[in-house]
Amino acid sequence: MSAPMLDPFDLALAAVLVLLNAAISLWLNLGMARALVIAGVRLVFQLLLVGLALKIVFAMASGWLVAAVVLVMFAAASYEIYSRQERRFAGLWRIGVGAGTTMLATLFVGAFGMLALRPSPWFAPQVTIPLVGIVLGNVMNGVSISLNSFNTAIVRERTAIEARLALGEDRYAALRPLQRSALRGGMIPIINQMSAAGIITLPGMMTGQILAGMAPLEAAKYQILILFLLAGGAGLGALATTSVAVWRMTDERDRLRLDRLQERR
Amino acid sequence: MLEARALRRLQVGPIDLTLAAGTCVSVAGRSGAGKSVLLRMIADLDPHQGEVALDRQSCSSMPAPAWRRMVTYVAAESGWWEAKVAAHFAPGTDFSERLPVLGIPAEAASWPIERLSTGERQRLALLRALRAQTRVLLLDEPTSGLDAASTGLVEAELRRQLERGVAILLVTHDPAQAARMAARRLVLVEGRLQEHAA
Repeated sequence: MSAPMLDPFDLALAAVLVLLNAAISLWLNLGMARALVIAGVRLVFQLLLVGLALKIVFAMASGWLVAAVVLVMFAAASYEIYSRQERRFAGLWRIGVGAGTTMLATLFVGAFGMLALRPSPWFAPQVTIPLVGIVLGNVMNGVSISLNSFNTAIVRERTAIEARLALGEDRYAALRPLQRSALRGGMIPIINQMSAAGIITLPGMMTGQILAGMAPLEAAKYQILILFLLAGGAGLGALATTSVAVWRMTDERDRLRLDRLQERR
Repeated sequence: MLEARALRRLQVGPIDLTLAAGTCVSVAGRSGAGKSVLLRMIADLDPHQGEVALDRQSCSSMPAPAWRRMVTYVAAESGWWEAKVAAHFAPGTDFSERLPVLGIPAEAASWPIERLSTGERQRLALLRALRAQTRVLLLDEPTSGLDAASTGLVEAELRRQLERGVAILLVTHDPAQAARMAARRLVLVEGRLQEHAA
């Protein structure tokens, strides 16, 4: 069975729901009608544009073009992590820590995905771009949640950390509880997603594949593969970013260096 | 025993200071004069210029945690990182012997930190810093929140530490306490140490 093609009329039918929601917002005076409609219009333009762009990239099948697209995605993710931080590292580190660890974890996990999917040629854009996209999004979440929680806690727990250092503990021991709780925070979303998958919701990707005509069992296998990749990516990204943060927020004399953190203006 | 040379950080310094074993030196000075900055430099808790040595062995020649186990800073505001009191002490600590020394009931060892009063926290933070390897104590207003009786217990314990040969650098706002405890009284004025004018 092949995927039923959607025509503009089908989409317009679904858009009625958004307009209905906007009407409800107007009726109840929620003040969200405008934002809702704008978001809906943005969604249409953004996704159609991406679809068009990917069509070109797929058709050209050039490794360099794939690399360029991946780089643009990395840049967008780095900026997103940067803008989500309540407290940032001073200097170039403010973007470097999140960006570097996100790329590292994404490339590592992406390589696993490529091993499993074996695209041909190996950089085939039909595989690499969606794969990097979904992994990157999850790593980005894990990294930004754990980095934010670490940098918030380190300011809040300052007296406790310094008490440990003053008593002669080294920087890794003094910051271990913070790193652990930041790591947990970064991994909880993907653990919840894995345990709820299939019982509470059908994951979006699997739903899409089934609607597009794939056999449910095949779609489930794909979804399992992807969720494993995402779990690995979120964990690795959070571990890498909190490790860099521990190292950066202390110095070689085992001092706490809150001066290397800036409050968001 | 402890020698500090040309310590400097922010508005504080250059400071030279010598502490002999078994003696107490007090430091007074207005709030914001840099008394805590001075103690933290000696404990190597902040980046600074100058050098401190203990028995001619310089701070920078050994790992900072090893230095701080011998030269221990006790902050004015105590910090806690475990749920219960006992977890902040070395395993095998005899609480029934240690805690009553500063007027704290022995069963406080099993209390959650939230149950402690400010004064109890302050005394427990001092107790936890008194260890066999401690050579120098850097105390930042160790009795600021205590009543007269508890202050007396703390001072008695500090005298026992002095008899053991521990050197104490005592930041205090209380001239009477400085007179009771210190062999030498200093004042931090505009970042420099001066002798206390009698």
